[in-house]
Amino acid sequence: MTNHWSDIKNADVVLIMGGNAAEAHPCGFKWVTEAKAKNKARLIVVDPRFTRSAALADLYAPIRTGTDIAFLGGVINYLIAGNKVHMDYIKSYTDMSYLVKDEFAFADGFFSGYDAEKRKYDKAGWEYQTGEDGYVKTDPTLENPRCVWNLLKAHFARYTPEMVEKICGTPRDKFLQVAEMLASTHTPDRVMTILYALGWTQHSTGSQIIRTAAMVQLLLGNIGRAGGGVNALRGHSNIQGLTDLGLLSNLLPGYMTLPGEKETDYDAYIAKRAPKPMRPGQLSYWQNYGKFHVSLMKAWYGAAATKDNNWAFDYLPKLDKTYDVLQVFELMHQGKMTGYFAQGFNPLNSFPNKAKVSAALSKLKFLVIMDPLATETSEFWQNHGEFNDVDPAKIQTTVFRLPTTCFAEEDGAIVNSGRWLQWHWKGADAPGEAKTDPEIMAGLFLRLREMYKKDGGAFPDPILNLAWAYKLPHEPSPEELAKEYNGKALADQFDAKDPTKLVKKAGELLDGFAQLKDDGSTACGCWIFSGAWTEKGNMMARRDTADPWHNGQTLGWAFAWPANRRILYNRAAADPSGKPWDAKRKQVWWDAAQSKWVGSDVPDFKADSAPEDGMGPFIMNPEGVARFFARGMMNEGPFPEHYEPFETPIGTNPMHPNNPKAISNPAARVFKGDMEAFGTAKDFPYAATTYRLTEHFHYWTKHVESNAITQPEQFVEIGEALAAEKGIKAGDKVKVSSNRGYIKAVAVVTKRIKPLQVDGKTVHHVGIPLHWGFKGVAKNGFITNTLTPFVGDANTQTPEFKSFLVNVEKA
Amino acid sequence: MQLSRRQFFKVAAGGLTGSSLVAMGFSPTAALAEVRTFKLARSTETRNTCPYCSVGCGIIMYSLGDKAKNAHAEIFHIEGDPDHPVNRGSLCPKGAGLLDFVHSKNRLKYPEVREPGTKEWKRISWDEAFTRIAKLVKEDRDANFIAKNADGVTVNRWLTTGFLAASASSNEAGYITHKVVRSLGMLAFDNQARV
Repeated sequence: MTNHWSDIKNADVVLIMGGNAAEAHPCGFKWVTEAKAKNKARLIVVDPRFTRSAALADLYAPIRTGTDIAFLGGVINYLIAGNKVHMDYIKSYTDMSYLVKDEFAFADGFFSGYDAEKRKYDKAGWEYQTGEDGYVKTDPTLENPRCVWNLLKAHFARYTPEMVEKICGTPRDKFLQVAEMLASTHTPDRVMTILYALGWTQHSTGSQIIRTAAMVQLLLGNIGRAGGGVNALRGHSNIQGLTDLGLLSNLLPGYMTLPGEKETDYDAYIAKRAPKPMRPGQLSYWQNYGKFHVSLMKAWYGAAATKDNNWAFDYLPKLDKTYDVLQVFELMHQGKMTGYFAQGFNPLNSFPNKAKVSAALSKLKFLVIMDPLATETSEFWQNHGEFNDVDPAKIQTTVFRLPTTCFAEEDGAIVNSGRWLQWHWKGADAPGEAKTDPEIMAGLFLRLREMYKKDGGAFPDPILNLAWAYKLPHEPSPEELAKEYNGKALADQFDAKDPTKLVKKAGELLDGFAQLKDDGSTACGCWIFSGAWTEKGNMMARRDTADPWHNGQTLGWAFAWPANRRILYNRAAADPSGKPWDAKRKQVWWDAAQSKWVGSDVPDFKADSAPEDGMGPFIMNPEGVARFFARGMMNEGPFPEHYEPFETPIGTNPMHPNNPKAISNPAARVFKGDMEAFGTAKDFPYAATTYRLTEHFHYWTKHVESNAITQPEQFVEIGEALAAEKGIKAGDKVKVSSNRGYIKAVAVVTKRIKPLQVDGKTVHHVGIPLHWGFKGVAKNGFITNTLTPFVGDANTQTPEFKSFLVNVEKA
Repeated sequence: MQLSRRQFFKVAAGGLTGSSLVAMGFSPTAALAEVRTFKLARSTETRNTCPYCSVGCGIIMYSLGDKAKNAHAEIFHIEGDPDHPVNRGSLCPKGAGLLDFVHSKNRLKYPEVREPGTKEWKRISWDEAFTRIAKLVKEDRDANFIAKNADGVTVNRWLTTGFLAASASSNEAGYITHKVVRSLGMLAFDNQARV
């Protein structure tokens, strides 16, 4: 979230789209009702299903799954055409005036530079024009035809209300009502928040859906504002923290990235990630990258990371490509993997195309499960009848199952969607012999280290030199680890302006990431978490609920990254002269008397940069402003474009009816065999989508008695019209099949899903809750991801769980 | 005998607030009719965070015992933390069932192994589990570690074993997991954020 849960109360309009907070995040949704009750906020819900969020909405609009870019693109066109944009905001705080290279073009569904053979773009032309001074050329009058504003206008002019209706199936008048209500927040005194979740990420165009939403918010001037922002409601309790800590194939902690194998030069590796400002007077905060990186390597490798060995640059594995989970299970399926660890994760249920995942796991030599619960993945080799019809004798995988503690049995911090690091305490001992995850990692590591010490082996250096000065080496404590990611001084630190003034003694914990150095004199395991555990104590354990500004920021509660800042980009809550856009919603502003930025939140800005210096509020971008034009950062184009899901119920892209290669995302990666496993509307005519229920959490609560009682049995939802067509009554057992397999479940016949008219065809949706499996105390059921396609977003490779095709028949 | 609310608080066992008794459904009258003592009288409150979705609701866990050495703490009640600025004491149907998660009969208690081609689990010791896994890991890493790519460039990566990290484990668990996994040169590494 750019903002956070309690901040939702400050909104005038709330758009829930690509999510269903009332059911999936019920206690967070309270803040939507709070905004409605106390702030006269209006709630809009756009969803294929009339969800419980929709039931409380002032306005509900149906949409066909996977068409959100068309809908939001239509909103962009509506805002621009109707002059409902916050012009002062976008002129000063976005790249609208930047000139784009002449090579950049868009025609017939493709951006310039497409290679159909490789399904990839050459992105060289997707750049700004630069002048002789090295800075990007701009046209503040916005008249130049190559400025981002004019390119954007032309790109989205094609998304007319008629086109929205044709693609999304949203009736034109409903769409216009939504657009009008969103547009009402383009004035400085009104703010809208957008809440989304996996309903936006789990598409082959997911990242671009979210960019389109960000564009809507920028046009309306709603980013950086209390009650505004683009707010991802994360799916699990610490997905935010584990992502912040970089537990992804290509990342390091704090959104730093691993080197690629072509990056052989250390200085070039750092320089590429520390871009110089693209316009005069901009901060480009990532210029500090070297400080964050060197401090990380000091935290990990201690004395073994030196200036002479480029801070142990060779210890970092170099990427030839990203090994995301789809890539890894593809390799596993090809028999190219030996071992796999699943720590608190149930891939058999959670990944698409269960048959492929199961076949892949069966080819492993060994699988290690670390979990508090008996997951399906841990028993993928066991025959559970129709739910998991395998022959154990034929599966040669050795499976280890290690019991872990759960939340109640450990100390530690987790990070909520609002970026709050909240500390929790152990309340009971673990059952049986269960151990915490750090103990298990330590147990494995120490044995490995011992073996490498004794017997040698492949490149033992990073293993032998990994910093491991924990009091109990087999049991690193949460306190020690938290202090390690906060960071400490390795040598005495002096004030940059006054070298005689000692700021930190060697060994002391740092106050924040501003104290990090690239000379090896500081260590910090995750720079964005710096400030979480300082010499003042555990900031994550703070419990001060004071809210002196009555805007819900509670700066004394827990610790929010970065730097305890509650709303990101909050400099944009003030106008270019440094005054709040809205005097009723004072966040941060320039205090001329003190010559610094002050306010009710921690300013997201260079504290002493006066407004007249002209520094932009988006200090992490080298532009200093927000980007409508993504340059080469997105794989399928600098502007979002609607492409159909890989399994499309209409078989064509109404934006490009004459280009069969531009039906679905032209840059999405599809493995051999998976393309063939896609179904077509001829055999599988219904648009399916998966989702969570209020009473269940993912695949955990089927192990929990009270939840199993409230929702005991697997079901699917179909609309009355489809039910009548198929002769299905409520309570009938139905078989739902895709080209990859089938599930059987009870039919719930509902008014909440209505057929939509799309491109001259009637499209029915089938709703498939995801919570069942063959382990648990609820009634056993089929794994929903038996049905889903093995393809992901072109940038993140997040699988397209939310849009695929099925057939439904009476079982 | 009828007691006023004030008298009841005087009678109730010391060391805890009466309001939480009432909140838990013990009205003064019913409480006095009960012969056993209150669990709450000997309980310890521990603050925690709901492990399900990302709202991060504050919870209070009530366990028997005072966490003294060798005393076995057992959680018997979990409720929303009324002081938490986000959930303000409330819990959803998922969070309200947390107690049954802690005590689920499907909690794993011992390290186990399923040997190739067999149909059942076998209980093993932690020592055996760690040693066997470490041997398998080393064997694969030593056999398949790529020190240099085809162009002779140092890449120091290991691709044939992967690690899928959690979604609800703590920052501290995530941090140490990342540290260990990268030190091995592993790239097939992801967490739930990917899906």
